Amino acid sequence: MIPEFGHFALIIAFCLSVVLCTVPLWGAWRGNATAMALAPNLALGMLVFSAISFACLTWAFMQDDFSVQVVANNSNSLLPAQYKFSAVWGNHEGSLLLWILILAVWTAAVALFSPQLPLVMLARVLAVMGFVAVGFLAFSLFTSNPFARLLPGIPADGQDLNPLLQDFGLIIHPPLLYMGYVGFSVAFAFAIAALLGGRLDAAWARWSRPWTNVAWAFLTLGIMLGSWWAYYELGWGGWWFWDPVENASFMPWLAGTALVHSLAATEKRGLFKSWTVLLAIFAFSLSLLGTFLVRSGVLTSVHAFATDPARGLFILVFLGIVVGGSLVLYALRAPAVRSRVGFAWLSRESLLLVNNVVFLVATLTVLFGTLFPLLMDALGQGKYSVGPPYFNAVFVPLMALLMPFMGIGPISRWKQDSVSRWRAELLVPAIATLVCAITLPLLYEGDYNVWVALAVLFAGWLVFGLLRDLGNKVRNASSIGAGLRRLAPSYWGMFTAHIGFAVAVIGVVLTSQYHIEHDLKMSPGDTDSLAGYDFRFVSVGQVRGPNYVADEAIFLVFRDGREIAEMAPQKRRYLASGDVLTEAAIDAGVFRDLFVAMGEPIGSDGAWAIRLHYKPFVRWIWGGPILMALGGFLTVADKRYRRQRSAARESNREGAVHAAQT
Amino acid sequence: MPPRLKLFLPLILFLVLAAFLYRGLSLDPMAMPSALIDRPLPEFRLTELADNRPLERDDVIGEPALFNVWATWCISCRVEHPYLQQLADSGVPIYGINYKDEDEAARRWLQDLGNPYRANIVDREGTLGVDLGVYGAPETYLVDADGIIRYRHVGVIDERVWRDTLEPLWREIAALESTP
Repeated sequence: MIPEFGHFALIIAFCLSVVLCTVPLWGAWRGNATAMALAPNLALGMLVFSAISFACLTWAFMQDDFSVQVVANNSNSLLPAQYKFSAVWGNHEGSLLLWILILAVWTAAVALFSPQLPLVMLARVLAVMGFVAVGFLAFSLFTSNPFARLLPGIPADGQDLNPLLQDFGLIIHPPLLYMGYVGFSVAFAFAIAALLGGRLDAAWARWSRPWTNVAWAFLTLGIMLGSWWAYYELGWGGWWFWDPVENASFMPWLAGTALVHSLAATEKRGLFKSWTVLLAIFAFSLSLLGTFLVRSGVLTSVHAFATDPARGLFILVFLGIVVGGSLVLYALRAPAVRSRVGFAWLSRESLLLVNNVVFLVATLTVLFGTLFPLLMDALGQGKYSVGPPYFNAVFVPLMALLMPFMGIGPISRWKQDSVSRWRAELLVPAIATLVCAITLPLLYEGDYNVWVALAVLFAGWLVFGLLRDLGNKVRNASSIGAGLRRLAPSYWGMFTAHIGFAVAVIGVVLTSQYHIEHDLKMSPGDTDSLAGYDFRFVSVGQVRGPNYVADEAIFLVFRDGREIAEMAPQKRRYLASGDVLTEAAIDAGVFRDLFVAMGEPIGSDGAWAIRLHYKPFVRWIWGGPILMALGGFLTVADKRYRRQRSAARESNREGAVHAAQT
Repeated sequence: MPPRLKLFLPLILFLVLAAFLYRGLSLDPMAMPSALIDRPLPEFRLTELADNRPLERDDVIGEPALFNVWATWCISCRVEHPYLQQLADSGVPIYGINYKDEDEAARRWLQDLGNPYRANIVDREGTLGVDLGVYGAPETYLVDADGIIRYRHVGVIDERVWRDTLEPLWREIAALESTP
């Protein structure tokens, strides 16, 4: 019965979304306040029923209801409870339901936390989000029903969740990623609502900015977790593969990064309005495109989930309606007149423009590389695959191009700035950076590495520039503490996010340049030394997990004769599926990771192929994005969003009183 | 161009892209150019990975075998490698086509992870790959004793793929061999 309740709740959510995307929009068109005022309630209703539906599917997984097809295909009675829970979205149907739930969460959040919005704007925004919900609810109900039963012939046990997905990182990775993906629908809805109303102004940018920042922060965390998961779960120490599915999440992030910055210029200076609207449409379109690429099977990927061309066609049609429709609206309604506000070449506006151009070009190159095999195939030019060499060759120089400007950005002024001021401000940071870039690589044993020096140069340029700016800001305060406290959260957000970027750059370059790996045959008793660490292979034994059996090797790691870690990599064989999985052992540290993974047994005398890695600064690759996301969240705490909210409540109340009197 | 018309540019670009995506739906990236199924393995004149000796088509046919396209830059190849080793250990002849790779890296890979291959054809420029219509690595072709391609699998070979699709075909071909 419970799965049928879930199905029914999903149908109700669908009906509510249909009403949400029509009635308030009609109300906004005809000036009918009652129809518009329905929108927030419909949004809440959609959330309640999607949540009920999601809870029902979760219940089916937790209770091992193998009469439900997705449960039978993706779970198993031996599966540990936390993975039964994450198995809910470890499959196409369930992950789509998660998509819907998160969209409903965002829609309801907009309904609840936007009392400052004029009713007509709120009605339009929620209606646009309702329209997106209609598409995905219909997709779920008509092509990928998660509650389909296997009747008669209920299997005795399920086929188990893909072992790669049985992992803590994968419990939280999809929800965070979807929070980001779907969160861009809010920025999109604000953009469409503004186009519909013909009002593109600073107020619109101020409303949509906190939502965009939060969505961007979630997406950052989601991608970071995906990379971290790949690092420790796929078993060979890589952390980014430029795989189509990774690119699918990375493209909205790149476009979103451009959007976050262009919204700043629109809010503060009323500039780039059409451009910002276009970026908002673009970022969300890329989220939808990502869904299409992952779900339709037009591209092959290591993430190969179940794919189905019929589903692909559905998403493509939906994509065509949403993106095509919004671009038509954009072409007809976006302001074509040049902004009256001008700015000089040397100004913060120009630097933000550089950011936008770099990130847009980066997005397009990733998009091109991802779709290239498909384009060539469609043109009859044969089958191609585009690998990491292409992406690295175009992406790394773009980021290197970005960073010199990024160092000047925070310290620069709006409207008009001058080279002489920049020189005065940044001379000291530049010298400090140069000194660091020359000396720090010397600390590392071995040859002097120019790439590392460059990375330190760029990252240091960002950090010292930011510190100089911070210094300027607190200089006039009575004490440093008072000066720091006076700074707005949005400033701290920018500060943290930019520091995070520098941290990530250091992590990426140092790991790529300094990592050492040994692949070798080892027998119990053997020792291998790597970067000053001695790895002693002590023994191999059999261990049993809840739903797998494993060969487990024990390694002791010594440094200068002192034992510093015991590491136990495993080779697991999952019972239900028979899949074999490598579980690497990692000794993590701020400045280096040690990584041991088991390959295959060699011969019959107990020898194994063993992979040892020394990965310096690899944690910084993920530490950076955590700081970036933190920065994104911090900006929302800014007073100007709250102050305006209470002021709006005042004016709403006055308006209501006024309306009652007349 | 009038400013208003410029605003239509994004729409036009999107429509072009959508047309490609639509075309993409009806193309199966996993599908082999059907022309090659039941056609002979293409002729080639390449070298062997380990000792650089010349290698051509006649050297590798004569019994039913798997031809596995792999490369060190290919993530999924690493995933399927242990299973290929297992297949080779159980007596299935596997030839490797080392596709667009660096010889040194490929040799090190085989040294570290084990070598399931009878021989490795070095396809550095991807010429054999083009003749075969390789989409990407890994890809595996089932070729019978006469050198006729019987099946193509795109993606990782694991126990399920072997058991459900390749093994039945394999047995069928082997049975044909033994009854002349």
